[in-house]
Amino acid sequence: MSVAQGVNYLNEDKSLKSWLFTLDHKRIGVMYLFGVMTMFLLGGIFAILIRLELLAPGPDLMTADTYNQMFTLHGAIMIFLFIIPAIPAALGNFVLPLMIGAKDVAFPRLNLASWYVYLLGAGFALFSMLAGAADTGWTFYTPYSTTTSTSVISMTMAAFILGFSSIFTGVNFIATIHKLRAPGMTWFKMPLMIWALYATAVIQILATPVLGITLVLLVLEKAFGIGIFDPAMGGDPVLFQHFFWFYSHPAVYIMVLPGMGIISELIATFSKKKIFGYKLIAYSSVAIALISFLVWGHHMFTSGQSELAAMVFSFLTFFVGIPSGVKMFNWLATMYKGRISFEAPMLWALSFMFLFAIGGFTGIMLGAISLDIHFHDTYFVVAHFHYVMMGGTVVAFFGGLHYWWPKIWGRMYNETLAKISVILVFIGFNMTFFTQFILGSQGMPRRYFNYLDQYQPLHAFSSYGSWVLGLGFIIMAFYLIHSLFRGKKAPDNPWGALTLEWQTSSPPSHHNFDEIPDLDHDPYDYDKLMVVDDKLIRKNGQSEKKETTVN
Amino acid sequence: MEHAEHPKFLQHHFTDAEQQAESAKLGMWIFLLTEILLFGGLFVFYAIFRSWHPDMFYEAHKVLSVPLGTLNTFVLITSSLTMALSIRAMQLNNRKQTIWYLVATLLLAATFLVVKYFEYHHKFELGQLPGRFYTYEGINAVNPHIFFSVYFTMTGLHGIHVLIGMIVITWVLVRTIKNDFSSEYYTPIEMTGLYWHLVDLIWIFLFPLLYLIG
Repeated sequence: MSVAQGVNYLNEDKSLKSWLFTLDHKRIGVMYLFGVMTMFLLGGIFAILIRLELLAPGPDLMTADTYNQMFTLHGAIMIFLFIIPAIPAALGNFVLPLMIGAKDVAFPRLNLASWYVYLLGAGFALFSMLAGAADTGWTFYTPYSTTTSTSVISMTMAAFILGFSSIFTGVNFIATIHKLRAPGMTWFKMPLMIWALYATAVIQILATPVLGITLVLLVLEKAFGIGIFDPAMGGDPVLFQHFFWFYSHPAVYIMVLPGMGIISELIATFSKKKIFGYKLIAYSSVAIALISFLVWGHHMFTSGQSELAAMVFSFLTFFVGIPSGVKMFNWLATMYKGRISFEAPMLWALSFMFLFAIGGFTGIMLGAISLDIHFHDTYFVVAHFHYVMMGGTVVAFFGGLHYWWPKIWGRMYNETLAKISVILVFIGFNMTFFTQFILGSQGMPRRYFNYLDQYQPLHAFSSYGSWVLGLGFIIMAFYLIHSLFRGKKAPDNPWGALTLEWQTSSPPSHHNFDEIPDLDHDPYDYDKLMVVDDKLIRKNGQSEKKETTVN
Repeated sequence: MEHAEHPKFLQHHFTDAEQQAESAKLGMWIFLLTEILLFGGLFVFYAIFRSWHPDMFYEAHKVLSVPLGTLNTFVLITSSLTMALSIRAMQLNNRKQTIWYLVATLLLAATFLVVKYFEYHHKFELGQLPGRFYTYEGINAVNPHIFFSVYFTMTGLHGIHVLIGMIVITWVLVRTIKNDFSSEYYTPIEMTGLYWHLVDLIWIFLFPLLYLIG
């Protein structure tokens, strides 16, 4: 096989048709990237508008009904169209085969189908937006969702269809990880990102179908009045909540687990140290995936479920804190006495650790029944949710995007602007959402269009924060788009990382590797190997010994 | 070309036919798992509503036709047999037999849907319908329409799966006629078989749960 110099997956065929019918996981990942970034922009605009409306009490920009549609669209778009596919389907699709030394995912056609199904789901969501957007919140709770006249059905169908795209990705990842690892890559030689994607895929497989059937029943209830969620007809609205959260709680781990996988890669790479507690991090991903199925009742402490059930759910919720804590401490221990460098991806990783710690702790607070009765449906919940979802997953996503950007495009971005962007996002995020912990503890209810004057200063501060946050993202959009056209050419291994995706060219060729990658080392053997000019160099005996004494 | 020595059916990213077949099989089983969970949600619904209204379920189930349900159960089990035989025939490189067994499977699946059509039609005429469309007055119990919500949702979703199965079987039938398969490579037929057996299996649970309440 002779691949001409400079030919890669991006430039071998530039026609539109070659993109729309591509079976290459890298191109599908890139197409997903465009999809999810568009949705992030859309959901972000709704968020800014919501904050603008809340700058002062009373109606300013929009009516109360429009406001209800705004936060529903913000939630539904961000969850179903951005966060869930962002890391697995966009970044994961690109890096998973590269990281395990495979030529592609197991089912390339299914992979492409998943992208088109995603587009179809996005189409339904946009249609719902134009045809009188749903105003139920992203949770579609009955009985309101079955009685409102807004277009709940098309939004529900969108979520149902997007579920298939998520399942396709999950099926593909599990089969790929089981069957397509390069010879010599055993389970415990896999990068931790792969373990995280595997655990994510398990949840995608087990939870998404249940959401699917729940949404189908909701559509049947709304369209044909089958009565199963209607107490007047012998049904039960709380049953919907149980079914919804049976998916949607595990779904928050679909969102955050791959983010944790990215953080494991970033912390090890930028600390240039063997990851601390590899097996524990790997197992904790699987543990989180399994426990996540047993905690859904903590969303329903005030819905009238039995006290015993509430206590069990509360206890199991505390339990999830353990594997999450295991990861946190292992990352900290990895950094301890490492050679840390503060490039932009590492700054994102550090932001993640700080923000996710707050999100995790407040999650434990909300899991305690007595506190939850007080905080339920207040801004405290909103703040907690954004600390784990945005401070956790979204920050990790952008960390990963910056980390793999040179590999995806073969170009570098402006490092100084990247640092300014991450710092602005960090400051803006805390301004926006830490304020909301205080608002919530003072009793500000979530999803309210209007509020008492006493909350005005904090609401205003939170809105100012959203502008800082927005500015950070605008700067990022500027330098990332700039780098696509004018960026400096990226070396094969700009960060000196040891995982396999850095052993091929940037951007990779169509077949990923021109020769079978070197697998005689573990993904985090920074004590034995170093990277000089894109080449792996084995450290000599002396320096190896020195490393051991330092550790 | 580097692929020159590879068999036609082998996709470029697999090292050999065995890896490709193993991957397909694993992927299919995972997909079947999602199907089980999809129906699992409905079975949970069934369990909840039956435990809430045991007498109503008993009274309402009497309007279902046990002979027709039994007939359909035999039809589907037989179609599973013909499906399995079609795979067996292809393993023995007997293409003609595979084609006939696939045609038989298709006909049996169609029979199932025709019988189902008559059952549905009968219920539509009598107003034994879900939720607010329920108008039948012959069942002496509270909220009997819930039973028909459960009945039509479960058998309806199953019917859609039978229909999808028929489309997929037609597709492998066409490919068999076009001589795409041999004893070396018959993965699509085998995968279709796995799916078809699951569709049968779900019916085998639906039949006693809906028709034979004691």
